[in-house]
Amino acid sequence: MNFQIPDVMPALPEIFILSMACIILVTDLFLNKTNRGATYMLSQATLVIAVLITVASFSTSPMLTFSDTFVRDGIGDVLKIAIYTATFTVFLYARDYLKDRGLFKGEFYVLGLFAVLGMMILISAHNFLTIYLGLELLSLSLYALVAMHRDSAIASEAAMKYFVLGAIASGMLLYGMSMIYGVTGSLDLATISQQAAQLSDKLVLVFGIVFLLIGIAFKLGAVPFHMWVPDVYHGAPTAVTLFIGSAPKLAAFAMLMRLLIDGLGSVIAQWQDILILLILMSLAVGNIVAIAQVNIKRMLAYSTISHIGFLMLGVVTGTQAGVSASMFYTIAYTLMSLGSFGMIILLSRKGFEAEKLEDFKGLNERSPWYAFLMLVLMFSMAGVPPFLGFWAKLSVLQEVVAVDMVWLAVASVVFSIIGAFYYLRVIKIMYFDKPEATEPVGCSRDMSVLISLNAIFVLMIGLFPDSLLSLCLKVVSAS
Amino acid sequence: MPLSDYLIFSAILFSISVAGIFLNRKNIIIILMSIELMLLAVNTNFIAFSYYLGDVAGQVFVFFILTVAAAEAAIGLAILVVLFRNKRTINVEELDSLNG
Repeated sequence: MNFQIPDVMPALPEIFILSMACIILVTDLFLNKTNRGATYMLSQATLVIAVLITVASFSTSPMLTFSDTFVRDGIGDVLKIAIYTATFTVFLYARDYLKDRGLFKGEFYVLGLFAVLGMMILISAHNFLTIYLGLELLSLSLYALVAMHRDSAIASEAAMKYFVLGAIASGMLLYGMSMIYGVTGSLDLATISQQAAQLSDKLVLVFGIVFLLIGIAFKLGAVPFHMWVPDVYHGAPTAVTLFIGSAPKLAAFAMLMRLLIDGLGSVIAQWQDILILLILMSLAVGNIVAIAQVNIKRMLAYSTISHIGFLMLGVVTGTQAGVSASMFYTIAYTLMSLGSFGMIILLSRKGFEAEKLEDFKGLNERSPWYAFLMLVLMFSMAGVPPFLGFWAKLSVLQEVVAVDMVWLAVASVVFSIIGAFYYLRVIKIMYFDKPEATEPVGCSRDMSVLISLNAIFVLMIGLFPDSLLSLCLKVVSAS
Repeated sequence: MPLSDYLIFSAILFSISVAGIFLNRKNIIIILMSIELMLLAVNTNFIAFSYYLGDVAGQVFVFFILTVAAAEAAIGLAILVVLFRNKRTINVEELDSLNG
C-alpha cells in the first residue's frame, strides 16, 4: 500500500490559523497580567494575515485535496474572509468589556481562534467526516466560551443548556449521516449526491434526511429546535454573545449548503417540504415572541431565529441564484448582528450591563451619533429600504418567487412586517423617551471608529448592493 | 446475522438515549450518560453498514466519533463542575433562572 502526500496548499489558511492558535496558547502562559495585550495583538495580527493569505490564493475554481475530504472554492474563500473580518471586529469590540469584568484572558482569544478554525473546516468540508469534525471543533470551543465567566450562575446554566442541546444535535446529525452512508455507501458529498439520485427505494434515505435536518435545525437554531438560542444569548457574557451571534452564522449557512445542496441536491424533493415547515415556524415564532421580550439580548436572539428562517429561504429553492441570495443574506445579517451587539457592549460599562430595552431610553439625548448608528442597524434589521437588510430580504424573496413559491414569499413578508414592530420600538425608545441614566456614553477610540464604520457599511452596501450581490453569484455559479 | 438486526439494535439504543435525555428530570449526569449512549448507537450503525458494504470509511468515522466523544465528555463534565460550584445543585428542574 503506498501513501501519497496530499497537496496541503489549499488548506494553507487553516494550517496557519491552527499554528498561530497553538503559538498564542503557549505564549499566553508566559505573559503576566499587564502584558496580556500582546495576546490580543497577536490574535488580531493572525486574523489580518489569514485574510491576506486567503486573498492571495483566491480562486473561484474548486480544488479538492486530502482524498477529496476537503474542498477549496470561491464560496468558501468569501465566507472565510467574512469570518476573519467578523472575528476581528468581535475581538476589538470585546476587549474593553472583558477588561472591565476580569475576563481579559488568553482563553477567550485561543478558543475564539479554534472556533474560527472549526468554522473554516466546516466551510471547506466535502465529506461527512470533515463536516462532523469542523462542527465539533466549533461547538466545543463555543461551549467553553459561554462558560468562561466562571463565577456567573446564569453563564454556567446557559453553557450547560447549550452543551446538552448541542450534543443531542450532534447525535441526531450523526444518526442521519449513518443512515445516508448505509444507503449510498459513501461519505463523500459528491458521490452521495450521485448515488442518492439513482436509488429506487428512497425510504431509508428519507429516514436519514429527517435526522440530518433535525441536527442542522438544532445547530442553526430553527424552530422547533430553537430553545437554546434565547437562553444562551441571554446567559453568556455579551462579548461571547456577540461572537456566537455573528461569525458562526456564516459557518451554519455553509453547513446547510454543503449538506443539502452539494450532498443531497439531487433529491431536493425529499427535503424541500420539511425545510419549508422549519422556515415558516422560525419566521412565525421568531418574530412574534420577540415582541414580548424586555431583555434586548433575548429580543435579538428571537430576531436571530427569524433571520435564520430567511436564510433558509434561499436554500429551499435549490437553485444557484437562491443559494447566492442566501449567502448575501448571511453576510448582511452578520454585519448587522455585529453592529447591534456592539451597541449593547458600548452602552455597558464596569458593573453595569445594558441588557434591558429601557437602557436604550433617550439615547438620542445622551449621544446623537450612537443613537443614529443604532437607528441604521435597526432599520436594516427590519428591512427598511435603502438599508442593507432590505436588499438581503429582497434578493432572497426574488429567488423564492422565481421558483413559483409565491405563497411562501407572501408569508415571509407578512411575518417580517410583524417583526418590524420590535425593531421600530427600539428606535422609538431611543428618540422619544426621556433618558433614565445620565452617565456619558463612550468607548475607546478604535471601537468608536469601527462601530461607526460597521453601521456606515450597512448603509453604504445598502445604497450600492450590486458588487457584493454579483460577487456572491459569481462564486456560487463557479462551484 | 442479517444487517437489520444490528440496525434494530442501534435504533433501540438510540431510543433509550433520547428517552433518557427527555424523561429524566433529576440529574444532569444521566443526561451526559445518555449522550454517550447516543453516540455509541451511531457507532454501531456505522460499523454494521461498513461491514456489510465492505467499505472501511465507516469504521474510520467511528474512531473519530470515539475521540470527539471523549473531548465532548471532558467539556461537559467541566461545565458541570462550574455549574455545581455556582448553584450547588445539578438537578435538571432547578436550572430555571433563564426563561422568557
